[in-house]
Amino acid sequence: MSVGILGTKLGMTQIFDEESGVAIPVTVVQAGPCVITQIKTKETDGYASIQVGYGEVAAKALNKPKLGHLAKAGAPPLRHLEEYHTSSSDQFELGQQIKVDAFEAGQLVDVVGTSIGRGFAGYQKRHNFKRGPMAHGSKNHRLPGSTGAGTTPGRVYPGKRMAGRMGNVQVTIRKLTVVKVDSDRDLILIKGAVPGKPGALLNIKPAKTIGKKKG
Amino acid sequence: MKAQEIIRSIEAEQLKSDLPTIHVGDTVRVGVRISEGGKERVQPYEGTVIAMRNGGINETITVRRIFQGVGVERVFLLHSPRIASIKVLRRGKARRAKLYYLRDRVGKATRLKQRFDRPLE
Repeated sequence: MSVGILGTKLGMTQIFDEESGVAIPVTVVQAGPCVITQIKTKETDGYASIQVGYGEVAAKALNKPKLGHLAKAGAPPLRHLEEYHTSSSDQFELGQQIKVDAFEAGQLVDVVGTSIGRGFAGYQKRHNFKRGPMAHGSKNHRLPGSTGAGTTPGRVYPGKRMAGRMGNVQVTIRKLTVVKVDSDRDLILIKGAVPGKPGALLNIKPAKTIGKKKG
Repeated sequence: MKAQEIIRSIEAEQLKSDLPTIHVGDTVRVGVRISEGGKERVQPYEGTVIAMRNGGINETITVRRIFQGVGVERVFLLHSPRIASIKVLRRGKARRAKLYYLRDRVGKATRLKQRFDRPLE
């Protein structure tokens, strides 16, 4: 129930922890500033949330309905829109900017992105099947093996793991630590890897707590 | 700024500027920060540089020494704050970039010729 931010993955590097001197792998994300483009309230929409936009583009890149929607908030033409549920939408106003300083070092975040597409991938890459013997006359190197019994049931069961499209799906990496926030350059440094290649769109939001809190 | 420039500038804040020029074959003394029981002290480690890996912030050297008859190799991340100091004690002459052949040698055969054309600093 809290507001996140949209950003672009720039790449990975490492920084040294100031106290222990340990090298921490970090992903550099350029996030925001995001403009609030719509405020949904319980009365008008049945639930409370805010919609934010990110990624400025030329006006000709968007169609008229989108431009009109953005013009209502006084926002520039934006490529990406994302909605965040909130408990109440009173403290937000249209055109308000959300910046990286909404986050702080040490905070846990969930990062949503699209994983790298691997195209039509075989059994070994997609499902971690073992490979067949490479020598001694074996002609089975990357084949799947058996896909089921014979005449009974006479079909392959649904859900049998097979070759196919891999990657290019939405992935959420949960509970990553924010290492550093640079509000001058709109940068967030997040410990660990996040989905996608550099240039990919990321949705960073405060970590969702699942289950009861202890104590 | 482009993505690579931003990442470089983040790394630049972490890089050390006072590192001596180290070559493969040199004998160096590395001061390693060690914290035991809440106390921090600097432990020296001396040996021959048998490999270097250049990689900006990820630059490392591999230092080999014989300790109590056992070969010990340590890899040091040069720009890490755990490395308190590095001093070049002797310039060695090496004809290759990686001196892994020293691992198969013992005693006198592990010596490298000293070279005098490079200053120690």
